[in-house]
Amino acid sequence: MQNSVAHIASNTFREAVRDRVLYNLIAFALLLSGAAILVGQISIEIEKLVVINLGLTAVSLFGVVIAIFIGIGLVSKEIEKRTLYTVLSRPVRRWQFIVGKFFGLAGTLVVNTFFMAIGVFAALLYVSHKFVRSDALILVALYFIVLEFLIICALALLFSSFSSPLLSAVFAFSLFVIGCFADDLRNFAGMTHGLSRWLVTGAAYLVPNFSAFNVITSVAHAQPVAGQLILQNTLYALFYAAMALSGAVLIFERRDLK
Amino acid sequence: MTSRRKVTMVASACLLVSLAASSFVLHRADQLRPQATLDEVLFLSSPTVIKRASLGYDGLMACIYWTRAVQYFGYRHHNYAASYNQLAPLLQITTHLDPQMIFAYEFGTSFLAPQPPHGAGQPQAAIELMNYGIQNNPGNWRLYYDLGFVYYMELHDYTKAGEAFERGSRVPGAHPFMKVMAAQMAEHSGEYQTARMLWSATYQTSQDQQIKENAIEHLRALRVDEDIDHLQQAVTRFGERTGRLPASLAELAAAEGIRGTPADPDGHAYRMTPEGRILLQSPDDFPFATKGLPPGYKPPSKYHRL
Repeated sequence: MQNSVAHIASNTFREAVRDRVLYNLIAFALLLSGAAILVGQISIEIEKLVVINLGLTAVSLFGVVIAIFIGIGLVSKEIEKRTLYTVLSRPVRRWQFIVGKFFGLAGTLVVNTFFMAIGVFAALLYVSHKFVRSDALILVALYFIVLEFLIICALALLFSSFSSPLLSAVFAFSLFVIGCFADDLRNFAGMTHGLSRWLVTGAAYLVPNFSAFNVITSVAHAQPVAGQLILQNTLYALFYAAMALSGAVLIFERRDLK
Repeated sequence: MTSRRKVTMVASACLLVSLAASSFVLHRADQLRPQATLDEVLFLSSPTVIKRASLGYDGLMACIYWTRAVQYFGYRHHNYAASYNQLAPLLQITTHLDPQMIFAYEFGTSFLAPQPPHGAGQPQAAIELMNYGIQNNPGNWRLYYDLGFVYYMELHDYTKAGEAFERGSRVPGAHPFMKVMAAQMAEHSGEYQTARMLWSATYQTSQDQQIKENAIEHLRALRVDEDIDHLQQAVTRFGERTGRLPASLAELAAAEGIRGTPADPDGHAYRMTPEGRILLQSPDDFPFATKGLPPGYKPPSKYHRL
């Protein structure tokens, strides 16, 4: 049973590589090397800060775009090409298909992030000429970015399981933006009363909260990240991704594929 | 030549020619238009809105706004601009996006506080910026030092300067000279002595090469200002004693018991005009000197830097 999931995951990864998804690494490398060389000449004191901020922001944004635009097509493309029927005619359950797709896409993003992380550290070495202990904090920020990807992958799959690619992209991107404002939503809930308070609080907990995952700025200033936050974020990402994935499985199990 | 190869060659040639032509036309069009005024415009001026719109990537946005502030100041400074309307808002946005960006406070103050042509001449804005920095980084004694520096150098407010140095001296790990500076402010001791102490402290404690060079230039200028002051007083004394002006600096030096010909820190002798004014031989070498400058003197643009 797990074998089917692994097969689908590895096929999804291979397909993404075949679709030249990893070509974004070239754009990333150009962006970082350009910034590392140029910024020192047009600004003051921020070479290292820019490399960390730009590097991690690019890792995050490139990954979010990949997660959304590949994630939304994972199910619909298979239906369109009619390959889904071939897959499901074998001893593969629908939930295995969804879970396999999720792990395939997550694997693609992890590999992508790994290469980008090498780029970030290389650019950092170029501007600082040496690594210091606090540079290890960048790994924590990268880990949080990967956790963010898990949530977005699961959401993209959830929308892909019942909607068209275009609408899925709109939904997923909107949720990403709303997720960045989740703290504000919670603060807003605190200012309301009665039923609206319940509704807004419910909405604030329903949408993903990406605020806690963003430690780029503090890491750039070498401020330590609490171990508790790492643990809480890990659990939150796993639970939220599991929730979205379960939703995708529930919908896809009932979907009429004829 | 196959038809496919022919198409490839023609298309490649077209691509290159079109690229060159479009660049040329754009360049010509740029010359027809007035100087772009993008740096004069802040489409979004609210730091809060910009922070929200950055979707959490506020660190990168802060770097972008900081670079914009540096470019804005550098461009206007280089061109002897009299107004720097966007500088304070740009620095405010930068520091609201990333309140831990210490160098934005330090450099920002040195852009905002000094009077033109060395800065924007907005010491109040510099003080607001520094207070925001202290509020967000209360453990950084250098911010208190910079605040006291602005109060002393630009506003000559010894009480506020003393308060800033005193508050900074209480920060754990603060440099011992903060206490000395606080005491100095309370005593109102000699301007040159205090200014020299402040710039020496800046030189000793800064890690940044540009700030160090800036401090050295100020220390050299202070020495010139002090020399010119003393020599001018000597000319007055000579006049009161003899009823005439000294014929030369050598005569003045001999009358005052000064050994050799008085010279600037580079070893170039000062010169004296027939009206008895002491001037620098090469004022261009002392961009921050306020005394000994020929009438109507304007520093060359190469000195228009930090």
